[in-house]
Amino acid sequence: MSPDYVLEARNVSKHFTVRGSLGRSAVVQAVQDATVRLKPGQILALVGESGSGKTTLARLLARFYEPTSGEIALRGEPVAGGGRAARRAYHSDVQLIFQDPFGSLNPLHRVRYNLDRALKLHHPSLDGDARLRRATALLERVSLTPAADYLDKFPHELSGGQRQRVVIARALAVEPKVLLGDEPISMLDVSIRLEMLNLLEKLRAEDGLALLYITHDIASARYLCDDIAVMYAGQMVESGPKEEVIAAPQHPYTKLLIESSPDPERAAGDRDELFEGADELGEPPSLIDPPAGCRFHPRCPFAMTQCRSEAPPVTGLGDGHWARCWLHQHGRAGELARTTHAAAMARRAPQEVAT
Amino acid sequence: MTNTRTVLEVRGLDVEYVTADLPVRACADVSFTLGRGEILGVAGESGSGKSTLITALTRLQRPPAVTTAGEILFHGRDGAPPVDLAALDARELRRYRWTAVSIVMQSAMDALNPVMRIGAQFADALRAHDKALDKRAAWVRAAELLAMVGISGDRVRDYPHQLSGGMRQRAAIALALACRPQLVVMDEPTTAVDVVMQRQILAQVLRLRRELGFAVVFVTHDLSLLLELADRIAVMYAGRIVELGSAAELYRAPRHPYTQGLRDSFPPLHAPLRPLSGIPGSPPDLRRPPSGCAFHPRCARRIEGCDARLPLLEAVGDGHQAACLFNTREGAGR
Amino acid sequence: MRTEFLRSWKVRTGLGGILFFVLLAVLGPWLVDALLGVDPRANDTSAIAQPPSGEHLLGTNQFGEDVLAQTIAGARGSMFVGFLGAAVGTVMAILVGVPAGYFGGRVDAALNFVTNIFLVMPVLPLILIVAGYLQGTGLWVIALIIGLFGWSGGARTLRAQSLSLSGRDFVRAMQMLGERGHRLVFAEVLPHLTGIIASMFLHAMIGAVLAEAGLAFLGISDASAISWGTMIQSAQTQSAVLRGLWWWFIPPGLCIALIGTAAALVNFGVDELANPKLRTARRKTVRRTAAALEKTGSQA
Repeated sequence: MSPDYVLEARNVSKHFTVRGSLGRSAVVQAVQDATVRLKPGQILALVGESGSGKTTLARLLARFYEPTSGEIALRGEPVAGGGRAARRAYHSDVQLIFQDPFGSLNPLHRVRYNLDRALKLHHPSLDGDARLRRATALLERVSLTPAADYLDKFPHELSGGQRQRVVIARALAVEPKVLLGDEPISMLDVSIRLEMLNLLEKLRAEDGLALLYITHDIASARYLCDDIAVMYAGQMVESGPKEEVIAAPQHPYTKLLIESSPDPERAAGDRDELFEGADELGEPPSLIDPPAGCRFHPRCPFAMTQCRSEAPPVTGLGDGHWARCWLHQHGRAGELARTTHAAAMARRAPQEVAT
Repeated sequence: MTNTRTVLEVRGLDVEYVTADLPVRACADVSFTLGRGEILGVAGESGSGKSTLITALTRLQRPPAVTTAGEILFHGRDGAPPVDLAALDARELRRYRWTAVSIVMQSAMDALNPVMRIGAQFADALRAHDKALDKRAAWVRAAELLAMVGISGDRVRDYPHQLSGGMRQRAAIALALACRPQLVVMDEPTTAVDVVMQRQILAQVLRLRRELGFAVVFVTHDLSLLLELADRIAVMYAGRIVELGSAAELYRAPRHPYTQGLRDSFPPLHAPLRPLSGIPGSPPDLRRPPSGCAFHPRCARRIEGCDARLPLLEAVGDGHQAACLFNTREGAGR
Repeated sequence: MRTEFLRSWKVRTGLGGILFFVLLAVLGPWLVDALLGVDPRANDTSAIAQPPSGEHLLGTNQFGEDVLAQTIAGARGSMFVGFLGAAVGTVMAILVGVPAGYFGGRVDAALNFVTNIFLVMPVLPLILIVAGYLQGTGLWVIALIIGLFGWSGGARTLRAQSLSLSGRDFVRAMQMLGERGHRLVFAEVLPHLTGIIASMFLHAMIGAVLAEAGLAFLGISDASAISWGTMIQSAQTQSAVLRGLWWWFIPPGLCIALIGTAAALVNFGVDELANPKLRTARRKTVRRTAAALEKTGSQA
C-alpha cells in the first residue's frame, strides 16, 4: 500500500523554554497541535504573520528540532530520533530553502564547492567528472546558464536571485521529494520574485516535488500554490483549496488577513473608504500566556461567550476545506461573507462599551 | 506646476557616493514637486536610489554620500520665500528639522533610544523646539501623541523594548509628528511589520494627515501598497525617476516598461490568475551603470538607440511623465 | 581580499618587522660568526663594560661579552619562545573554544568549566611554582608553560564566535545536507575565524616574548641560553641602570618593543580587514569627498 502523503506533521506541538531575568523561565507555545499533510506534487502555502509559528513548523518538518508532542511522518512512517545516518536519509527526501539567500551560502565557498559537497554526500558512487556533469545540469535546471560561468563564482559575486537559485540547486542535488520554502522570495527584489515562483512551479511539474511554501504574502501564495493553510498564534485555523479560502474565508482571522493585504484592483475606489475602520486591528497575543478558548477571540468581531473559554473544534466544509471557528457550530458562518472585518468591528464596539 | 499649494520642490538633485575608484551616482537629476498634504509614493528596488533620496532630502546623509548638485526648496506655511534645504548650514538646518520636515525610518528600534523611556524621548524632542514647554506639560503632550496612534497614554513610562514591533513603529510615527511638521518622510515604515499591522499603520497615517494636513514622501519597494495609498507615485530605477504620475494612471496605463514590469510583478489577490514573469535579469550595479537607458538590458520593448541615448522625463499625459524613448518615438509617429 | 590586506602600510611595515626578527633568529648565530667574528659568549677581558666603539659596535657588558653579538643571538631564544608559546596557546584555544561554541550542550559545559578554571588561575605564581619544580628550565619548557597557561582568554573569544556562527543558516544548510561534524567545524566555521585567530596569535606572541623576558627577569630561565630576557636580567643583577651602562639593556629592550610594535601593526591590519568600520579612509577618497563637499558648499 502506498501512502497518500509524502510528508506529514501529525498534531505536532513545539514549546520553547525561555529564561527571563532573575532566573524566571517561561514556556512559549510556538506551535500547538498543528497538522500539515503534503501529497506528492502538491504545493501547500502556509500563511501567517510573524510569530504565528509557521517558521517553527517548517523547522520541525526539517527536523532541526524534535516536536514536544506529536510526530513527523515521511511516507506514512513516523520518524524520530535516530543517528546521523537516519537524519541523512531523511534529508535526502526533505530539504529546506532558507529565507535569506545571503545567509545560507557560506561566503568563503564557491558555487562548485556547495554542489560538489551535496553530491558527494548523497551520491558517493559518483566520481569527480560525473559530479561536475551533475553540478552543471543542476545549475541549468535553475536557469543559471551557461553553468560554467557560475561554477567558480563566490556568493558575493552573485545577485540575490542568483544566490537563491544556487541554494535551490544545492537542495535539488540530493534529489528530494519535498522542498520546504521558508519565505524563499521575501528577501529578493520585487521584479525577480515571480521568476523564482515560476522556477518552483516548474520543479513541481517536472519532478513531482511537493512544496510547502511558507509566506506572509497571500497574493504570492495564491499565484503558486494549490491549497492554503492559515496559522494564527501557533495554531492552524483554516485550510482548504486556495480559491475557496481567498474568495470566501471561513475563519475571521483569514478574513482579516485577506482584507489587509494590498490589492491594487480595489485601489480605484475611494481611498478613505478603503482604509475605513482599519485604525485599530489589534495584535497577535503573547504565546507565553495565550488567550483561553479561541486564541483569536480578543481581536474577533464575531466573538461569543463560548469563544472566550472553549477552543473551537475543526469543522469540515467539504472539498478538504476546514476551519476552526465556533461560528460554524452556531450556524453563523454566513455572517463572514456578508460583512467586512472593519464593519463587523464597528458594530461590535457599542456592545463592548455596554458590557 | 509650482504654486502656493506646494510644500517641497526638488530640482535636479544629484547624490554621489565618493569612492576610491569612480564616483557612484546614486541619485541622478531627481526633480519633483510635492503639494501640501499630498502623499507621494517613491517605488524602487534595491539600488534604485530611493533610500539615498530620503537621506538627501532630510540631510541625514554622511560621507561618502555627497549631494553634488540640485536644490531642495521648502515652502513654509507663512508664504515666505522658499528655503533651499540643501544649502543650509548645520545650525540653520536645526530650525527646520522636525518642525518642518521629520522622518520615520524602517526600523523604529533605530529611531528610538533603547535606554530612555518613550515619554522622555518625546519630551526631549518637544522641548528642543519649544523652550517654553515645561517637563510635566511635555510628558502630558507625549501621552496625547501616543493616543493619536492608538497607544494607551500610560505607556509613556515604558522603554521601547516593552512595546511590540508594531507599537514601536507607531510610536516612531507619533514622534515624527510631535512638532507638527509640514512634511513627513517615511522610509519603508511598514516593511518590518505584518500585513495587518501595515494596514493599521497606513490607515492611521491617512487619518492623521486628514487631521493635521502634513504631506508625505513614502518610500517603499512595494508598489502594490503605494497604489492603494499614494496620490502620486514616482518610480525610480538606477538613481533616476523613470515615471511619475497619479496612482490610478500608473496602475491603469504605465508608460515606462519598468513600471509595467513592476506592476505585473505583483500577482493579483482576486482577479483571474495568469502566468506572470516579473522582469528578467537583475537590477544594475551602479558602479557600472549600463549605457543609455539603464533599463535597456532588461527591457522587452527595447528599440534602436536605447543603449546610446539617455531618455529624459517628459510629459506623456496630464501630470504624467515618463522617461522612455519608446514614448518619444510613438509620440513623434502620431 | 589578500591583496587588500597587503595594501595597508601598517601591515607591510609590521610584516617586514616580524620577518626581520625571524631572519635574525634563523640566521643569527651564523651572522654573528661570519660577519662579526665574535662568539657571543666569549669574554673579552680587555674590554669590560665598554661603551659602543669601533671594535664592539654596541659595547660590552660587565663580563666583556659583545652586546651586539648577544642581541643577535638572543633573537633566537626570544623568537623561539614567542612562536612556540603563541602556537601552543592558540592551538589550545582553538581546540577548546571552537568545539565548545559549536557543539554546545554538555561539551560546552565541560570545556567552559576548564576554560574558566584557567581564566581565574593566578598564572604568574603558578608558573613560578611549576618552573621551580621543573629543575633546569630550558626555553622549551618556558615556552610550553607560557602557552599552556595563556590560552583561556582566546578560547572564550573563539567560543563566543563559534556559538554565533553555528546558528547561521549556511551551517544549518550544510548540516541538512548531512555534512560530517568535523567538516562543519573545520570547513564551514573555522575559516571565518582566521582573522581572529591570526590576531590572537600575534597577541600571544607579544605576550610570550614579554613573558619570557619577565620570567628571566625573575630568575626563571635557562642560564646557559641567550635571550633578550636573560640579557636584561643579567644587566639588572649587575646594576647596569645605576651604573649608566645603557648600551647593555637598551638593545634587547628595544628589540622587544620593536617586535611588539610590528605584531601590533599587523594586528591593526587584520582588525580592519575583519571589521571594515575600523578601516581608515584612503587618502584619495578623503580628498575627493572634501572636494565634492567644497563644490556644493555647506554640508552638515
